[in-house]
Amino acid sequence: MIEELGTTTEGDLVINIGPQHPSTHGVLHLVVTLSGETIKNVEPHLGYIHRSIEKMCESLSYRQFIYVTSRMDYLSSHINNHGCALCVEKGMQIEVPPRAQVIRVLMGELTRLASHQLWWGAMAMDLGALTPFFHAFREREAINEIMEETCGARLTMNYMVPGGVMADLHPNFVTKVKAFIQLFRSKIDEYDELVTGNIIFQNRMKGVGRLTREDAISWGCTGPTARGSGVSCDIRKLYPYEVYAQLKFDEVLEYDGDCFSRYLVRLAEMRQSLSIVEQLIDNIPEGDFQAKTKAVLKLPKGEFYSRVETARGEFGVYIVSEGATTPYRIKFRSPGFSNLSALNHMARGHKIGDLVAIMGTLDLVIPDIDR
Amino acid sequence: MTNEELKQSLTENFSGAQFEEGGEWICMAVEAAQFRETAGRLRSFSSLDFDYLFCLTCIDWKTHLTMVYHFTSTKYRHMLVVKVKLDRNVPSIDTVCDIWRTAEFHEREVYDLFGVKFNNHPDLRRLFMTDEWNGWPLRKDYEDPVNMIKL
Amino acid sequence: MFSLEGITNSVHHWLYSTFGTTTALLIEMLIVALLAITLFALLGLILVYMERKVSAYMQIRLGPNRVGPAGLLQTAADTLKLAVKEGLTPNGADKLLFNLAPFMVIIVSMLILAPVAFAKNFQIWDLNIGVLYISAISSLSVVGILMAGWASNNKYSLLGAMRSGAQIVSYELSAGLSILTVIVFAGSLQVSDIITSQANGWWIFKGHIPAIIAFVIFIIAVTAETNRAPFDLAEAESELTAGFHTEYSGMRFALFFLAEYVNIFIVCGIGATLFLGGWMPLHIGHWEGFNHVMDYIPSSLWFMGKTFFLIFVIMWFRWTFPRLRIDQLLNLEWKYLLPISMVNLLLATAVAILGWHF
Repeated sequence: MIEELGTTTEGDLVINIGPQHPSTHGVLHLVVTLSGETIKNVEPHLGYIHRSIEKMCESLSYRQFIYVTSRMDYLSSHINNHGCALCVEKGMQIEVPPRAQVIRVLMGELTRLASHQLWWGAMAMDLGALTPFFHAFREREAINEIMEETCGARLTMNYMVPGGVMADLHPNFVTKVKAFIQLFRSKIDEYDELVTGNIIFQNRMKGVGRLTREDAISWGCTGPTARGSGVSCDIRKLYPYEVYAQLKFDEVLEYDGDCFSRYLVRLAEMRQSLSIVEQLIDNIPEGDFQAKTKAVLKLPKGEFYSRVETARGEFGVYIVSEGATTPYRIKFRSPGFSNLSALNHMARGHKIGDLVAIMGTLDLVIPDIDR
Repeated sequence: MTNEELKQSLTENFSGAQFEEGGEWICMAVEAAQFRETAGRLRSFSSLDFDYLFCLTCIDWKTHLTMVYHFTSTKYRHMLVVKVKLDRNVPSIDTVCDIWRTAEFHEREVYDLFGVKFNNHPDLRRLFMTDEWNGWPLRKDYEDPVNMIKL
Repeated sequence: MFSLEGITNSVHHWLYSTFGTTTALLIEMLIVALLAITLFALLGLILVYMERKVSAYMQIRLGPNRVGPAGLLQTAADTLKLAVKEGLTPNGADKLLFNLAPFMVIIVSMLILAPVAFAKNFQIWDLNIGVLYISAISSLSVVGILMAGWASNNKYSLLGAMRSGAQIVSYELSAGLSILTVIVFAGSLQVSDIITSQANGWWIFKGHIPAIIAFVIFIIAVTAETNRAPFDLAEAESELTAGFHTEYSGMRFALFFLAEYVNIFIVCGIGATLFLGGWMPLHIGHWEGFNHVMDYIPSSLWFMGKTFFLIFVIMWFRWTFPRLRIDQLLNLEWKYLLPISMVNLLLATAVAILGWHF
């Protein structure tokens, strides 16, 4: 495979980074062509964790296929499930009760917080600061415990069903979340002090991996990757779903397009998520947590597309149905796939250390890319 | 632009455009031979300005393959679905990865899983499967007694 | 008060009275060699344990606490593991250089041990150019690293060794210039002279501004010299696996590992000697009463205390800062540290000539 890279010239070094990698990105194999320390070409080799989820879903019922998406982007599992449930509800014209909507949004925002916390810890660790990782996981534990009480699992919480959520909130949920909000408010400032203001960190990230606005759109980047380049693409604002239209939160944009802007966007998003949770936690309406639906769901013949904003970007679920109990074709538009395709463009001309920084700010989760 | 205005604008600009009814967004069916030109005009016309290709996939309808492209415009926020029917035995279509760079990886994925050849693609190789893989896994007639478990 | 020189003197006299001169000298050399090796072994054990515990407490966790009481035997267990591990030589490696490299690094560490004064009159070799000797010999460690990187027949090792070589050679300049600042004040290259000149106060206090600047630059430079974070991209785990010692396993890896920690001890020892007075207790000018009280603490304890304080600071750096990129690292040295240390040297000379230090 390496001999096929016809663009190497005399003296170029071709090295492999991955698939087993000390950074916690997953099984990503990068073939990097170096000229000295400068990167000439980065080629991702994917497929190490390709489980052909799309083909699998063609033989799963509409209630079953939702949960394989938890295993795709496992850090935003609630939000992925939410996207699938929304698509099925769109097809079947199911109306989700208000309580369920609020619970879904709460879970989604808590998941986004947990995902960004892990991203922050892992990113600092990639750059060599090994201590923030422990701080990030300490706070993340609080969210995991909250999830475990209500949903029963800490990572792949199979909680969403078409029509609502699977079970009602645990009685402790509200108190625990309120305690978490108190705790985390001060911690974000601590994160800023520890890492954001550090001059070594800023020098590693500023000016590295520039992605212009036009390039971000052309490469199909979404989420914080695109928002760091000034592209307004937050699905929660542009095509609001559930109760997002009634919530007050900002879409954070930065315009420099380098790693530091993407970093700042994610940190700011953590603050916004926290404020959304705060707005909702005292106003959970009473009522059903699940709409009454038939046991076996059959989507009418046609095509349905729904999109949600995961921690990485726009997650799209495209269902083509022939009227049977299983979908005819499902396509998952994963955010990481498009974000990764811009890696070569961003990393050319930089050093290896910068490649690590760029991968960190893209926040790649490889199972999401490989599906 | 709303759906009606968009439909009108498209009918004006693309003669012979077929529209499929139903569905949330306008769905335009295009011939494979004219696809590239249509795509170029969708991108460059300032009233349309579809600069964001957010989903590129293929559906195997047993008698033929259909390529499905989802476009949106970051300026006007209108959306369009373009479908192209391909011959199942020799499926080939022009690439659009120089118009929308995101298509590079998406087209490789479709090639890998469905066997659609993209003309003028800079690097058309398998993406997820190993290079020596035989067959197109996501096609409906794909048989693999070793790796597939039928429920 | 307890003093090590009593023991050394009595042993010295006994040897010279029992044996002939040559035999006595040889036996003394043997004893010193044994002590040096024991010191290495002990230092390795203590410093690795200290690093793990310090890092653990900074990262809100406990560190080793199972093997032995409070995990004290952890390093012994690790050393045993490394000793019985298979030492692989990769295919195509240059066998002579591959095997020689770890020894090169260890020998350099041992050689630098000679002029360091651990306590009053407790020095292996008090030569008249002690500090120059230290500076010169420490440059040789680059050779060991480059040998390891080249002989491993591995792209990552080569990259790591090249980076490391560039880094060490650059930072030696700043380290050397900051050492020179203290030499200018003390007026002599001999280690014992430098220490006795601090009898009325440590140079970091007496030399005020130039000495403090020199101290800061010295700490930064030696952190880079010993490949410690934030300058550890030669062994950056998330980028290049383990850099120049990727292909080493078993006892040879243990030697590299040991040499790194002993190097830290030695450079901190030198920093303590030059800036913080070595084994000299904290004396403040002519406050006889205070000085007399300070003298009660044995000199070896002073030296060890200061050295371990500096080691703690260097460990603190590792767990706080992210890593610098190679070009930023070299930038820092050539564009910032070197000019500052040169200007600082001039300043120190001016201060010394005009007698503006204490």
